[in-house]
This record gives sequence, structure tokens and C-alpha cells, in this order.
Amino acid sequence: MQKKLWLVLALVMLVPGLMLMTSCAQKSAVETDTTQKTTPPPEDTSQKTSEAELQAAEAMRAAEQARNQFVNEHIYFSFDSAELSPMAQETLKRKAAWLKANPDAMVIIAGNCDDRGTNEYNLALGERRAESARAYLVDLGISGSRLSTISYGEERPLDPRNNEEAWAKNRNDQFQLK
Amino acid sequence: MLSIMRRPVLWSVLLLIVLSSATTPAWAVDEFIEINPFLKKIPLAIPDFKPLSEGESAREAADQAARLLAETLSFTGYFNILDKGAYLEDPRETGISDAAINYRNWTVIGAELLITGGVYRSADAVEMELRLFDTFQGKSVIGKRYRGRVEDSRRIVRKFASEVIYFLTGSRGFFNSEIAFVSTGTGNKEIFIAEFDGHNPVQFTHTKDITLSPAWSPDGQWLAYTAYPKNRPFLYVKHRYHKRGYEIGNKGLNITPAWMPQAKPSSSLDDMRLAATLSFAGDQEIYLLTGKGKIIKRLTKSWGSDVSPTWSPDGKKFAFVSNRSGNPQVYIKDLDTGRVDRLTFQGRYNTQPNWSPKGDKLAYAGMEGGRNDIYVISFNGRPPVQLTHDTGNNESPSWSPDGSMIVFSSTREGASRIYVMTAFGTDQRKLLTLPGEQMNPQWSPNKHLN
Repeated sequence: MQKKLWLVLALVMLVPGLMLMTSCAQKSAVETDTTQKTTPPPEDTSQKTSEAELQAAEAMRAAEQARNQFVNEHIYFSFDSAELSPMAQETLKRKAAWLKANPDAMVIIAGNCDDRGTNEYNLALGERRAESARAYLVDLGISGSRLSTISYGEERPLDPRNNEEAWAKNRNDQFQLK
Repeated sequence: MLSIMRRPVLWSVLLLIVLSSATTPAWAVDEFIEINPFLKKIPLAIPDFKPLSEGESAREAADQAARLLAETLSFTGYFNILDKGAYLEDPRETGISDAAINYRNWTVIGAELLITGGVYRSADAVEMELRLFDTFQGKSVIGKRYRGRVEDSRRIVRKFASEVIYFLTGSRGFFNSEIAFVSTGTGNKEIFIAEFDGHNPVQFTHTKDITLSPAWSPDGQWLAYTAYPKNRPFLYVKHRYHKRGYEIGNKGLNITPAWMPQAKPSSSLDDMRLAATLSFAGDQEIYLLTGKGKIIKRLTKSWGSDVSPTWSPDGKKFAFVSNRSGNPQVYIKDLDTGRVDRLTFQGRYNTQPNWSPKGDKLAYAGMEGGRNDIYVISFNGRPPVQLTHDTGNNESPSWSPDGSMIVFSSTREGASRIYVMTAFGTDQRKLLTLPGEQMNPQWSPNKHLN
């Protein structure tokens, strides 16, 4: 899985020109999805496309996948801590690579907490969590002007349940693209 | 006395006449007692009030007033209101004034205090004659006559309750205060305001987003709070009654507002002072702002989180939460000397400090085993006293304006609700139930009676 991701990233970085078309790629990806649900993929059109077009489509899909991964992969924290675990640092390295490959991307880092603490202190803790990730990305060479932070404290839990599993999930930074 | 009673009055204004001149009270003014409901509640008899005019409406008004007075006084936790079934005398038959009372009939059932009432009722007005008796001394200690519109009945009863509490404790109580809190019933966190006893809750904010940390100005006319209508945690200062307000939107956090007590009361926001946590400078520090949000100066200087300021009643110190020791603890800063002292040492997570209006104690939420409980700590180095035990998550303590009670939130029944208890931890009960969950209560100062 990990290796595959790196392959995808490498591919993404080989075709930076395509990156300007990310919004187009996003649209086409969405269209394919819907057609797949309703009707089987039309085979004759794929036969007509040239090898180059195929590769371009593949690259776009890969770019889209990388983008989704950037947005969907959160980093997690220990209770009452804004310290980046080795795992969180690895995730941030991948995010830095994507940001380097996508120099126009602007990011909002949202810090979140589990609800065992108290609301006010958690607003502060959430901000420190977001700022930790921001500082790490800046150290990896990402311009600070591309990275803003916001804290939601314990107000926007991913998992509303009240158990260890939910708490662990809710102590996170989430990465939104502007 | 009759001539006083017949004096023409403004019906729109609540009128008060002292019925009996204050003959030496049983508890002299310099002998106010601190009532500790943990040790003893005062046995109080409130027999049915006497209708002083003809008709069903007078009898209903009398019954209602007696019931409301019993509820209001028992809310304080100070009293043990004796069961009506035990009463040997019915003042509706025998009379409600000093001369008519056979005190032995009350002392023998254990009553130390007795309240009698008489209620006149006309089409649009109500008059109440209310008396407090010290049954052991065998005399009347408070006698008042109130006159007002029918809809003033609740205020009249609360005013008399306030007299009773003042007579006993030397403090005016909290019967003219409100409680602001956060409720999720609309699908968003919004601030609601109810009367101190949970009566008449009304939605106050309509931000349609996260709204947190209501804080009352010293005159009870303004509320500061954090909200995200612009998808940023900004501070808002909004008038309690008028559509006026200010936005405080620095970069980063704008959270945990706390109004500084005023040496010279002023109703101008430019004169009022607000402490709040801002992080625009890169670190979370507490700043002093005007009521409109202009920064006056920074109050804390330490790397990490400094949040949740709460002022001493004289405005010379404030307590706050800092993680400078590695986990959140309560600290006190003296503004004159600049000195900062750590207050809490027990446990690894102590937040939400709230300074008692009497000045001698501080309430806070302390976490043990993943759950918060309410603690009260003095400044004499003694260990804190835990007021809630094994009842879910208990958070956000806030003192009543007289320091006799604490409102807080608890998940003891599952969903988070607003609860009250006495400052000694007794008489814990739910204040109200609304759709969704309720949290973050803040008790208002007493509003001025008119």
C-alpha cells in the first residue's frame, strides 16, 4: 500500500504540467463514477482513445487520488498533547511532497480534540495541534503563507461516541484545501 | 398603618410598604449567619396564604403565591420547608398578623421560622401582605406589603424571598438573576438565557454555528461569547436587550472572555474591561481589552496555552488555566505585583476556574480517570473540596451572584444538562430540560430591581 502511494506520488511529480488541469480531472473523475453506477463503461470509446490519452487519463486519476489522500488522511494526537508522533510526521512528509508538487494549493489545517477535556482549553489545544503541523510543514520547506490554521476544539468530533476508539479518532488535524 | 395602605399608588410600579417597623430582629444585623445546608437546614413553615378579597381568583392567587414562595426559598437549599400536614394552626382561619399567631403551635412542630401571607386580588392588580416570624423569639421580623399588576406576582414573591435571605444572611440572594447557557437543540450550539430557577428559557444568539463561553458584564447588560459565524473563533459582545454589538476578530483564537469587575460602575463599553485569550501574536496569551475589543495590554507571558481568565471580585487578581507545567492547572496572577502563583496541585487536568463573588474561594472542574468533577478550593493552602462524585461528567461551575450556589453542567442522566447545587455541594438538582444538550452555564449578576 505504502509503496503504491509512493509510485503514485512519483508519477504525479513527473507530470507537473497536468497539475494545472486538476479541476478538469476532478470533474471527469466524478463523471466516470456516476456513469459506472448507472450504465456499464462504454468500451468502444476507450478503444478509440490513443495511448497518450490513456496515459493522461491515468495520470489525472492518480493526481485525483493523491489529492483525495491529502485531504482525507488526518494526523492523530495523544490526549492533551500537540506533539507530532513519528506516524504523524510520516504523514506530514507525504503531505509536504504533495504540496511541493501542487504549488498553488492553499491549505487550512483544522485542529480537533476529544470531548473528555473542557471546551475552552480544548479550543486552545486544537490550535496548538494545528500549529504543530503547520510548523512541521514549514520546516519541510512549505511556505507558511500557504498554510492557515483553525481550531474547532471538541466541537466537531468525527465520531460522536464516548469510547477510546472515538476519542483517538477525534484527536486530530484535518487538512482542507481552500 | 391603614392610612399608609390607602395612599394612592402608581399601579404600574411595584410598590412596597413596610408593615411593621423593624423592632430589634432576632438575628441582629451584625450577627448574620452563614447557613451551611450540609450541617443544618432551617425548619420553615409556610402555611397556605389567606385570600383577603372575595372570589376564586383571590384564592388561586393566594395558593399560587404560597407555592411559589416555598419553591423560591427552597431553591436556596437553606430551608427545610415543613410538611403542611403537620401544621396545628391555619392562619387563613386564625389570622396572619403577629397578634393572631400562637407561636407555640409552630415551635412544637419544630418550625424556627414562619411565613404568613395574605393576598388581595382585583381584576388587574394584586396586593400581598407577607410576614416572616421568628417563632422561638415569638415575634414578627419582616412585614411587607406589595402592590402590582397581576403579572408582577412572581416578582413580588421573589422580592420578599430576597428580604428573607437578606435578613438571614446579610446578602441579597440571587432572585433577580439569570443563567446563560449553551444549548444544541437547534442543531447548532446557541446561547440561551433562563431565569435563575430555569423558568422561561429563551434563545439569545442565532449564529447558526458553534457558539460558546457566554460571559456577563458586571451590570448584566452585555454578554460576551465566542462564535464561528465567519468560520473563525471570534469574540462577540452583544447587548442583553437591544440589537447592538461588537465583533472582536483578531487572527487566530479570540476566546474565553471574562469581564473585569468595576470599581466605578459605568455602563459604557469603552470603560468596561474584558480579559480574553488571543493568539494573533503566535502564542495563546490573556489580554486586557475594552468592552469593544480594543487591546489595552497583555496580561500573561508564558509559552503555551493561557486561557479561561476569571477575576477576583476586587479586580486586582485573576485566575486562569495554563499548561506551563505540562498539563492544564489553575494559576493566579496578581496585577499589582505581577506575581503568578500556581493554585491547583491535585490531579493532572484542572480547568474552568470561576472565582466566588465573596472572593474567598474558587470553583473549577478537575479531571480524574477521564471524568470531570466540580471542586472548590480556598486560598489558604488547604486541599480542594470535591462537590460532585460518581455522576458522569460535571463541568463549567459558575457561582450565583451571592456566592451561595453553583450552577454547572452534568451528564449524570446521559445527555448534558444544567444543574445547580449549594456552595457546599448539597441539593444537586436539574435546572431545566430542553431539546438537545445544555452546557456552559454562566450565572448573571443580580439585575437592579425597579
